[in-house]
Order: sequence, then C-alpha cells, then structure tokens
Amino acid sequence: MPTLSFKQITKRFGSLTANDSITLSLGDSEIMALLGENGAGKTTLMNILFGHYVADEGSIEIDGKTLPSGSTEAAIEAGVGMVHQHFTLADNLTVIENIVLGTESLWRWRHDMTAARRKLIDMSEAYSLTIEPDALVADLSVGERQRVEIMKALYRDARILILDEPTAVLTPQETENLFITLRSLTEKGLSVIFISHKLHEILAISDHVAVLRRGKIVGTIKTVDADRNGLAEMMVGKAVTRPRLESMEPGAPILTISGLSATSSNKLPLLKRIDLTIHAHEIIGIAGVAGNGQAALADVLSGLNRNYSGSLELHNKTLTDAGPSEFVARGIGRIPEDRHARGMIGDMDIWENLISEDLRSKKVSKWKTIIRKKAAIERAEHLIDSYDVRCKGPLAQTKLLSGGNIQKLILARALSPNPDFILANQPVRGLDEGAIAYVHEQLFAARKRGAAILLISEDLDELLSLCDRIAVIYQGKLSSALPTSARTVTELGLMMAGQTIQGSFESERDTSLNSNSEIHAN
Amino acid sequence: MNELIDILLTTGFWAATIRIVSPLIFGTLGELICERAGVLNLGIEGIMTVGAMSGWMWVYQGGDLWSGVLFAASMGALFGLLHATFTVHLCLSQHVTGIGITLFASSLSYFVYRMLLPSATTPPKIEPFQNYPIPFLSDIPMIGEALFTQSPLTYLALLCVPAVWYVLHRTPIGLAVRMAGENPVAVEAQGINVLAVRTGAVMVGSAMMAIGGAFITMSWFDAFYFGMVNGRGWICVALVIFASWKPGKALLGALLFAGLEAMQVRAQLSSGAVIPYQFFLMLPYVMSILAMIVMARKAKYPQALLVPYRRGERV
Amino acid sequence: MQIELRDHTSLLRAGMAPITAVFATLVICSALIVWAGVPVLEAYALLFKGAFGSSFALKETFTRSIPLMLTGLAVAVAFRSKFYNIGAEGQLYAGALASVYFGTGFIDLPAFLMVPFLLLMGALAGGALLLVPVLLKTKLKVDEVVTTLLLNFVVLLMVSYLIEGPWRDPMAMGWPQSASIIDNGVLPALLAKGRLHAGLIVALLAAVLVWAVMRFTVLGYEIKAVGFNAKAAEFSGINVNKTVVYTALISGGLAGIAGVSEVAGLKGYLTLDLSPGFGYTGVAVAMLARLHPLSVVPAALFLSAIYVGADSMSRAVNIPTYIADVLVGVSVLAILVCVMLTQYKIRFRQ
Repeated sequence: MPTLSFKQITKRFGSLTANDSITLSLGDSEIMALLGENGAGKTTLMNILFGHYVADEGSIEIDGKTLPSGSTEAAIEAGVGMVHQHFTLADNLTVIENIVLGTESLWRWRHDMTAARRKLIDMSEAYSLTIEPDALVADLSVGERQRVEIMKALYRDARILILDEPTAVLTPQETENLFITLRSLTEKGLSVIFISHKLHEILAISDHVAVLRRGKIVGTIKTVDADRNGLAEMMVGKAVTRPRLESMEPGAPILTISGLSATSSNKLPLLKRIDLTIHAHEIIGIAGVAGNGQAALADVLSGLNRNYSGSLELHNKTLTDAGPSEFVARGIGRIPEDRHARGMIGDMDIWENLISEDLRSKKVSKWKTIIRKKAAIERAEHLIDSYDVRCKGPLAQTKLLSGGNIQKLILARALSPNPDFILANQPVRGLDEGAIAYVHEQLFAARKRGAAILLISEDLDELLSLCDRIAVIYQGKLSSALPTSARTVTELGLMMAGQTIQGSFESERDTSLNSNSEIHAN
Repeated sequence: MNELIDILLTTGFWAATIRIVSPLIFGTLGELICERAGVLNLGIEGIMTVGAMSGWMWVYQGGDLWSGVLFAASMGALFGLLHATFTVHLCLSQHVTGIGITLFASSLSYFVYRMLLPSATTPPKIEPFQNYPIPFLSDIPMIGEALFTQSPLTYLALLCVPAVWYVLHRTPIGLAVRMAGENPVAVEAQGINVLAVRTGAVMVGSAMMAIGGAFITMSWFDAFYFGMVNGRGWICVALVIFASWKPGKALLGALLFAGLEAMQVRAQLSSGAVIPYQFFLMLPYVMSILAMIVMARKAKYPQALLVPYRRGERV
Repeated sequence: MQIELRDHTSLLRAGMAPITAVFATLVICSALIVWAGVPVLEAYALLFKGAFGSSFALKETFTRSIPLMLTGLAVAVAFRSKFYNIGAEGQLYAGALASVYFGTGFIDLPAFLMVPFLLLMGALAGGALLLVPVLLKTKLKVDEVVTTLLLNFVVLLMVSYLIEGPWRDPMAMGWPQSASIIDNGVLPALLAKGRLHAGLIVALLAAVLVWAVMRFTVLGYEIKAVGFNAKAAEFSGINVNKTVVYTALISGGLAGIAGVSEVAGLKGYLTLDLSPGFGYTGVAVAMLARLHPLSVVPAALFLSAIYVGADSMSRAVNIPTYIADVLVGVSVLAILVCVMLTQYKIRFRQ
C-alpha cells in the first residue's frame, strides 16, 4: 500500500486551473521528484497536501486513511512535514522557539523547554543535522536556516517530508550535503517529495519523477529510465531550445567599477573593494548564494545607494552621486530583482508604469510639470505591441497581469531606450519557460546591439549558458570575471562557498580576457 | 529647582504617581499585546472611553464595582472583536479602522450616557473603589502610603505587568502570539490558526484597555465627563514603542509619564502664575513625541506589524 | 471565509461604494433611534429637513461644510501617499492662530490683498506644523499617526494659553476670545442674510486645484506612486522623501486655510471651541470621498448635513445630538468595507 496517495486532486483559482485531476502515489523510503516549470502547479499541490489550500475535487490518502482537507494540523498529525520555499521562520525569535511552536497545547501554562531541548539534541545527533537551539534565527546563514526548517518537520515526527525548491539558495556543495541527509532519512523509512525545476538535481537524487505541466501530470517515470532532454521536453511540452550564446568580440569598456565599498546602516561591510569592467557586446554574470552582497551591488548599480566609496564610471564619466533618474537618462537600463515590490506599481495603469523612469523628460511632461497623457498612452501601445505583452490595453491595471507579462513590461521600460549598460537582477525568477526564453532573447539582442550587461543570478545553469564571463561574489568580495569556458560548476560552487582558488579573489587589474593561466584546469 | 526636589520627596507625589500610572499601564499593556500579534490598534482612545463609560454606568445603575470592571472589559473585548474582524479577517487598513473605531466607540459612549442620563447638568457620582491598605506593608513609612495604600485596580495593574510578561514569554500561547507578529506564515505552518490567535490577542488587549478606562471613572474620579480619556490612549501607543514592546519597560515608561503628570499638578500650585498651567499640561504629549524620537532608530518592530495575513494567497 | 481579488472592477461598482456605505450607516444607526423610542423614518426625515428643508437650513449646511471640505481635502491628499495625517485639527487651529496674529491689526492691507494674505499665512502655519511629524518620519522613521495626534493636544493647549493670556480680547465679556479680525481681513459674506461666506469659494477652488494637481501633474503622479508602492517609486527615481514633504505641506496648508476660514469668515475671532472636531471629521469626509478631491465636496456636504440636521432633529425629538458623531464613526467603518467589496469578493467555505 502506498504511503501517500493523491486521487484526482483539482484546484482552481478563478479561471485558472492550477491542479487538474492529479493522481500520484508515493511509497516508503522513496524520493519522488515533482518536476515542472514555474507556474505548473507544484507548490499548489503541496500546499493542498499540507493543508494551506483546500482542493476543489479529489482526496488525499495517507496509509489508506483520508486526510482531512484544509487543516495543517491534520497534515502534521498524519506525518506530513514541509520545508517551504520561503522559510517560515521568525527572525527575532530563537531556533528552539521556532521549532517548539505548536508542539504543545496552547492552553498549557508553561513551556517544557528542557524536554524540548533534550529531544532536539537527540534528534540532531540521530540525523546528523547540527543546530544551535538558542541561536537567534536572524543570525543564521541560509543553509543553517534550511536545517532548522528540516528539523522543525522532523521534530514533529514527519514521515513524509516535502522540500519545495530547496536548492535555490544553496551552493553546489551544500546541495550535496542536503542530498546526503535526504538519503540517510529515507534509509530510516521517510518518504520525500522533492520539488524542483532543476533537471540534473532530480536525476541525481530521486527514485522516480512526476512531471507536471499546466496543472496536469503528463507522466511519471522511474529516474533510472529518464534523461535530461526527455524530462525537459515533458516539462515544457515541446523540444526545449533556450537561445544560445553566439561568440562575439567584446567592444570598448562601458562601465568601470573601481574599489567599490559599501557598509550597511549598522556599519557592517556589504561590499569590499569591488573592481569590474564591463565592455560592449558582453554579458558578465555574477554568481553567488543569496545574501553575499548582490543586493547591495544591485542597489549601487541602480542608483538607489549613493553611500559608497570608490568610483563608478560610465563611458569614462563618473556616475557618483547620480540617482536613478540620472542613471536612466545616461543610458542605464535596470531590471530589478523583485518585479512586484520594486519593478512595477501594481495599482497604477500600464501606461503610467511605463513612464515612471523618465517623468521629467521632454517626451513625457510639459515644462517638467504636466504629464503628456496622450503621448504616454501612445508610447504604451507601441511598447505593448513590440514586447508582446498580453493585456487588455495600456489603460489596464498593472497588477492584473501575469508575472511573465509584468516582466515583459519591465524589459520594455528598461530596454526600449537602447541603454548602453543593463543591470539584470534575477530576471527570470518565477517565470515559465516561454517567458524565460523571451527574456534571454532580449538580453542577447541587446548584447548584439552593443550593450554591456551585468547579470546577477542564483541559477548557475543560466549563468553558464548566457554569460561571456562569470565572477563570483562572496561576503562582499568579487572574484575576477573569467571566461565561462574556463569555469566549471565545481569550481564555481567552491568559490560561492568562499573557498578561494588561486588568483580568483584578487581585484581585477588585467582587462584582457585571455588570462587562462590563473586557473587550474579541472 | 528646589521646589522640584521638595515635591519629589513628598509621599503625596508618589501616591499620585502610582494612581495616575494605572490607566497608562492597562492601556500600554493592552496595546502591546495587540501589536505583538501584529495588529496596530488605534481604537484605543475610543475603547478606553467605552470602558470608562460602561463600567461607571454599570455601577450607577446599581451593580457592584468588580462586576462593573468585568462589564467594561467585555465591552472592550467586543470592540476588539470588531477591530479584528476588519483588520485581521477582512485585511482592511489598520490605521483607518482604528480611527473609525475611536470615533464610533467614543461617540457611542457619549450617546448612551446622554440617553441614560438626559437631564444631568452636573455629572452624577458613584461610590468609587476605595483605597485598600495592604496589611503590614501599608504601615511602612512613605512607601506604605504611596505603594501599598492604593485602589485594588492599581494592584491589579501592577500585577498585570509580570503576568503579561510571563504569558508572552513562558507559555505556548504567548509564543504563538509573538510568532503571529513576526511571521504569521510560520504560525500556520505549525498548524495553528493565525487569524484566531490575532483576533484573540486583539480582544484581550482591548479588554485591558477598557479596564484602563474604567479605572479613570471608577477609581480615580467618580463621575464620567466628556473628554475624560484626554489623549491617554495615544500616549499609550507612543509608550509601547518607547518600551520596545516589553512589559517591564512599559511599566518604566508609564511611571515616567505618570510622574510628570503628578509633578505638573504640584508644580502648578507652587509656581503659581509664573508658568501658565497649559505648558504643564502639554508636557505629557511633548514627552511622548520625544520618547518616540528617542526610540525611533533602535525600535525593533515586530516584523509582521501592520502586515495582514491572507489565507490561501498564492505565495 | 476567504477574500478573493475580483478580476475587474467596473466604474459603476466603484462609484456605488459611498452610496452603499451611507445606506448601511443609516440602517445600522437606526438601532439607536429605535432605542430612543422615535420612529426611524420620522427621525431621518427630521434630519433631512433640518439640513435641507428651509433656506436657512440649506445655508447652514453649506456654511458648516466649508471647513469639512478643506480638512477633507487635507486628509485625502495625505492619505493618498499613505501619510496618515490625523493632525488636521491642530493644523486648523495653527491656521486660525496665524490669522489672528496677522489679521487683528498687526498689518493692514486693502481687502483684496488682505484676505489672500491671511489665507497664505494660515496655510504656511498649518504646513509648518505638519512639517514636524513629516521630518520625523522621513529622517527618523517615527510613525506619523501618533505624532500628528499628540500635536493636536499641544496646539489646543497653546490656543488656550494665548487667548486666555496675551491675546485675550480685553473688550469681550464672558468666555475668553481673541481680538477680532479687522474689516479688511474678513471673508465677505456671500448672501445678504445668513452666515454663508466666501470661504465656500475658497474651498471649492481648493478642491478643483487639488484635483488638477493630482490628475495632470508630475507631482500628483509622484504622490500617488509613493502611496501605492514607495519602494517601486524610489526605484523609478522618484524622490520619496521630497514627495512626502510636499504632500504634508499641501495637506497641512489646506487644514490651516480651514482655520483661517472659520475665524475670518465665520466667527470673526478665535475661541477655544472654534472647531468641534473638524479635523477628525475630515477623515470621514476623505474616506467617503475615496480620497478623490472632487468627491470631497459632496462628502463634506453630506456630513455637514448630518450635523446640522441632527441639531435640529434633537430639538424636535429626544435623541442626543451625539447621534451625528455616531453616524460619522460608523460611516468610516462602512466605507472601508464597501470599498473593499468593490475590489474583492468574499467567499464562505464549509
């Protein structure tokens, strides 16, 4: 009898069917991978299992008993534990407080912390997951937080562990460690559901793969019988072709960063003497685990942070003290990391969002005071057309658009002025394959035109396939940017974890791109 | 300056301070509980008014004092429920809901008072809480009179400080409340209903605020005037920030303010017409603003304060 | 129970929200009228008649709507950029103080200059007062709700001190009041009989001006952008702090003008009871108007009608005048729900 069984689960959000009659089963000591591109419905299905959502149709059985729907408590009781994609931890509380919440009856008039601590330490040894019970979560690294999330599930005697995109925030080495942990857990009888869109990881860890596409299961296959291309095709529905990098000679230097250092408001260093030069016809990638200074670097290069030492030069003219408007005016296009929080104002109309970066330019306003509404609407119509944005028109409210279309609007706004330098920060996060391909095409087109592009991404595969050169950022220091052909995943992974390889974390003095001599061949 | 020191040395000053601090303690603790759960409750001024009116009216209509306090608390909890329905369940603006509730609750209190006492030109009085001297302790010179010969509600207020601290930091339900104010998704992920926790916290906090209001009419004075609460509710909101959401610090902050107010009455009497009384009356409000400025940079807000939790929203 | 975003909002539905809110308010408060032993429809009919039923009533309603239009605009502008200015009451009195300071003989100008001059001084006073909480917010991140509220009490005490002390009119018997505004500074009456004064023109002009700024100008765009999503506005290059400061100056200025209008147009001098809470009622006006400057005009008229009508109604039947305040309080809560319902559906699940 399967441990876990989904029977024709269906879930709709308005007119969107997120899960369509899904039937799956999972046995003891098995790792099942749930594969699908962004928006396919994987997280929705898991949220139903874990009680965050209620399915419209269908049922779930655990060990033959029907799971009451919509109740996280019931799911936990039945042995389901979930490690969410965005950690469900309170920063201002300690590890043990985060883990213990909900494990005691709310009407007890005292915590039993000693028992909890003992249990935690015992489990930590049994599963080889080191954690510090009294540490404040805010002080933990991302990998450590994930361990706490896993412990939280195990503490509640989870027998079915769900991991939602767990490796998005880990270095390749940390991912290996996670896999070792998962294998030891399954040896003890746990079943694991591993959600991912990363093919090589799925092939490495799972026993079988269920592929989800647009809410439907399009196939389940034993991992030993699967291969990358086959899975990719099942995931997207057609032969996947992401645009390929054509080799190009880099042109003149466009953006020069020298000695860039920045500190946070409580004097902690964020960036340490960063040097980088980006040339025309070139895409440079910055790899790194989230939280190593990418956000600070992006803020400086977007014009949001003017509080730094060192220099920034565009076409050999300084950018210091320039704000976002001046950045845009001088030919810098910026694609922000979070399209909803920073990129677009959801409550405004599409035409309004498309003029937000050059409000005081002659094209958009008369005498810098009165908005030229008609001209702005025309601009919006033109951009909607050229960037293939699916919407009801320039007067539609921006928040009604899908993630992919909002990203297209951001591209339209940032790229249509033909900027000389483009900052792309996690540009394809959360997008489906079609939208990803579109964004990459646009970046390639810009590169062909002569733009210099800096791509910050958590996805090593994306960086390896898109960039001419890659640098790694670790704790605010930037390695030299060496040609992609000279890099390997292992090496990059080690650098992302802070292990320096000879010559890799010195500041870049030599702008020639053929310095292969510094890297040991692997 | 000498006069100031003289005042500080009188028992009367300290007795007054402890008396004046009582509604501030209830109000600040009440607001603290709401905010720890993630909800800013700007209905406090109105809810204190409701407490003041309903407790008093219960006694005036023949009830006894303690059941009056209970009645006031339950009225407060009711308005808390209204606030929570709007802000926690319907995810409406916490700022505007609070202001709306203050307007509604205050005006409703005045309306009910007027309905039940249409012809009173001078406000009628009730028999308020009498000071209860604690045996033995009240015989200690100075402290005995100041601290141990106070209204029972004052003792209750002082007891609430360690009680609230204990519940928040040493019990599972307190942990759930704190977590609801830091990361409500984490609470749901552990199988606890965030909406219920937040609603409960707001109701308990509002009940406490109402008792603070009831103190004013049932222990301190003995009648209900219009404008009785006089901005004390807003001062409590400032005090919560000043106290960094910690009950112990809340007590200290409230004592500081109560001391100022006690000082002001006495200083007026002694300084006579030199400094106009209005400037003394301004002190609590100005100090509250200063207190917020002092704490502004360092304030470690509960991370989910003002962030509504939407169930089933696609993460 | 679950709330879901609707996939489109018709303009009709959005426009119905204030009307539904008003209706709901009247229904909810009818419980109080029943308690008072008065037939509900009769009471509301008296309310309506008291507000609109005679030319006197009509003039009174319009007169009392003037400060509400101005404070309503003040609050609407501030709330648009998510700056919760609850200090309109204090800013109103600040404007009133400025009009007394400059308008009781200190300066004498011909009328067509004096009146705009007093309005300007009042606006500056109101704006300056609000500048304190605004700067505290932009520089130190101090929450503006409490600071604006607390300042109300401070200003009121200042007014009390001034009109009982140095600014007291020695000629006046009875309650303390300030000296009177000189003739040139008085806002002229609009009609031969009654109290309706040129402040109405000022208020209407202000509403149109604010609407024009919000609709057509870059500043209006920036104010809305900052209110919707300050982070995205910042990313686009909008100077968030500057925008909030401008918003505060406009908001405080409008409330200040309300104060000038009450002193120089209606009463002629300053007393402690100049405003029975116009600053707070302004919040209700702004909410009912859904923060639209032009809608502030009918919203202010409506709320003014409630007060005027309730006065008259309470003379005829035994309902305390506080019913008006209750209606206002409930209307704030009702409009919150009604506006939400235009954007979201509520679904009940088992």
